[in-house]
Amino acid sequence: MYKYDNYDQQMVDDRVAEFKNQVQRRLAGEITEDQFKPLRLMNGLYLQLHAYMLRVAIPYGTLNSEQMKMLGHIARKYDRGYGHFTTRQNIQYNWINLEQCPDLLDDLASVEMHAIQTSGNCIRNISSDQYAGAAADEIADPRPWAELLRQWSSFHPEFAYLPRKFKIAVIAAPEDRAAMRLHDIGIELVEQNGELGARVFVGGGMGRTPMIAPQINPFVKADDLLSYVEACLRVYNRYGRRDNKYKARIKILIHEMGADEYRDQVEAEFAHVKTLGIDPPRAELERITEFFAPPAFSSDAEADLDRSDPDFAVWIDQNVKAHKQDGYAIVNISLKPVDGIPGDASADQIDAMADIALKYSFDELRVTHAQNIVLPHVAKRDLHAVWRALRDAKLADANLDLISDIIACPGLDYCSLANARSIPVAQKIAKRFESLERQRDLGELKLKISGCINACGHHHAGHIGILGVDRKGVENYQLTFGGSGAEDVSIGKIIGPGFDEDGVVDAVEKATDVYKALREDGERFLDTYRRVGVEPFKEAIYAK
Amino acid sequence: MPSKLRFRDDEPQEQPAVTLAAFLDQSNATAVRIEPGEDARDLIPYLGRLSLIEIGFPEFRDGRGYSAARILREAGYTGELRAQGDVLVDQINYMRRCGFDSFAADAPLDEAVAEKMLHIFQHDYQPAADAAVPIWKLRHG
Repeated sequence: MYKYDNYDQQMVDDRVAEFKNQVQRRLAGEITEDQFKPLRLMNGLYLQLHAYMLRVAIPYGTLNSEQMKMLGHIARKYDRGYGHFTTRQNIQYNWINLEQCPDLLDDLASVEMHAIQTSGNCIRNISSDQYAGAAADEIADPRPWAELLRQWSSFHPEFAYLPRKFKIAVIAAPEDRAAMRLHDIGIELVEQNGELGARVFVGGGMGRTPMIAPQINPFVKADDLLSYVEACLRVYNRYGRRDNKYKARIKILIHEMGADEYRDQVEAEFAHVKTLGIDPPRAELERITEFFAPPAFSSDAEADLDRSDPDFAVWIDQNVKAHKQDGYAIVNISLKPVDGIPGDASADQIDAMADIALKYSFDELRVTHAQNIVLPHVAKRDLHAVWRALRDAKLADANLDLISDIIACPGLDYCSLANARSIPVAQKIAKRFESLERQRDLGELKLKISGCINACGHHHAGHIGILGVDRKGVENYQLTFGGSGAEDVSIGKIIGPGFDEDGVVDAVEKATDVYKALREDGERFLDTYRRVGVEPFKEAIYAK
Repeated sequence: MPSKLRFRDDEPQEQPAVTLAAFLDQSNATAVRIEPGEDARDLIPYLGRLSLIEIGFPEFRDGRGYSAARILREAGYTGELRAQGDVLVDQINYMRRCGFDSFAADAPLDEAVAEKMLHIFQHDYQPAADAAVPIWKLRHG
């Protein structure tokens, strides 16, 4: 994985010094909260319902065990002993003191980590495929491109006060595991005449106006990538709406001007920007790519697995995925135990995952946008030992992509924007479907919960989505069906009137009953819904 | 505390800046002011005779002026480029990188803080409108 050189380290150290100075001036009353707000946001610090929340960047979701250990240390020293992994492949801490924040950032910088641009109206952490470098279906590792973009976008002087936040994802496989087209810019690496380039989609997003990004350019060469993306951003910075923050994302600009007009404007800007010399030489991408060389896989790793332990066999079938290298596997660690909080991990669990990664996964971990953790490179002969170690840390739930593998935002329990609680709904659904046998019979079913229309819980992309709203002071939950954040990307549709907390759990259960009654061979819930439409589900759910 | 900062050696430009509309209406003014919604590229044919371009920041969160500044510098403008309005001391570094060399803030600017904040970062990842050499160039020569 990428390793900082002196320049990268200096940038992060200087940023800590800058923020220390800003915090001191804020504490001394020299800058107002209004003026301090964009500065702290660009350092990942939000003011939430109860305390400051700090979001730490995990670029493209990749980290080593030393970094993971640091996340555990921070949970213990500065928070209440746990952290919350997010849909941006980051981690956030909910109980941070402003005074301690500079020390915390110093600790992060000591392991090549930071909180730069994890919030604010700027270019955010670049996300990617959690199976990068391990997936059997990828044409290349997308992370060198993501790192190139990370460096270009860090401290970008022109794009620190955009109309709104800006999220970029990079993938390189036909299976989209990163919700690529639901980003402000989605990049899919593709091959043309033996050369790798970027297929660029712009203007996707969730929030209160979900949009699927249209393709803006089928192939941007590596040597033009930064100029092209700079042109995309400049057009947005100049013409994106600033009169209404709910219409300020780039998706609204592109929706209003049309993808063709936006493409033309980007092409004109690109023709100019390309003359400025902002693209590094190819040697820079090659330098970065070397850091992502495959680990030293053993060529004679045994492939036979002893599946005699039934619990182990279920975990293998559900949470372990095919690796590109014979004898190896990708292990998914579910952070979705029944009764737990989706994405939460205790400091001890974080340490345990770090230790397991060091011993069994070439010192690498990934955070997924579904709020789980991945050990990307585990030898099959070690799977049983890994499973036992995970089980000891209460991390062996075999529910990946099942109905209890729920994405949920922090909701009204933590968030100052939320209208309704998300976590208790997630827990009630997980409890209702507690039987793993029952969940596995339902198969892949992506359920996502947001506590307000900002859609941090990705409900638009849920096969089943739940949106919490405030109806005359009472929490109310709307159901959407048919969304997907994968390569078959779609936006879910509201099925009808909303429910109270218990009502929405009942409605979900009825929906799964309809699915079971109507499904054909091999159909997932989503496939059946798409084939039969919403009516049979509505009939069952709203029957008097 | 002053509310003006200037990073040029020539004489300060004190002449009043005319609006973009007035300027384009066949004015022979040498100073012009553009607002966030106006297109800096309208000035490109006239850059040679302009000695001051003032870019308005009615609200510090509105970042359109950063693009306007770069566009003017990229087109070869070498005169005074002033950020005027709701300009904060913590914004000056990025504004300098985008080509501003003069600041007229609504509120006082602490020169000592500005000086410190301008020199905290030793390097830059990306080229912009200043003379900074991007890190990738330092790496590869």
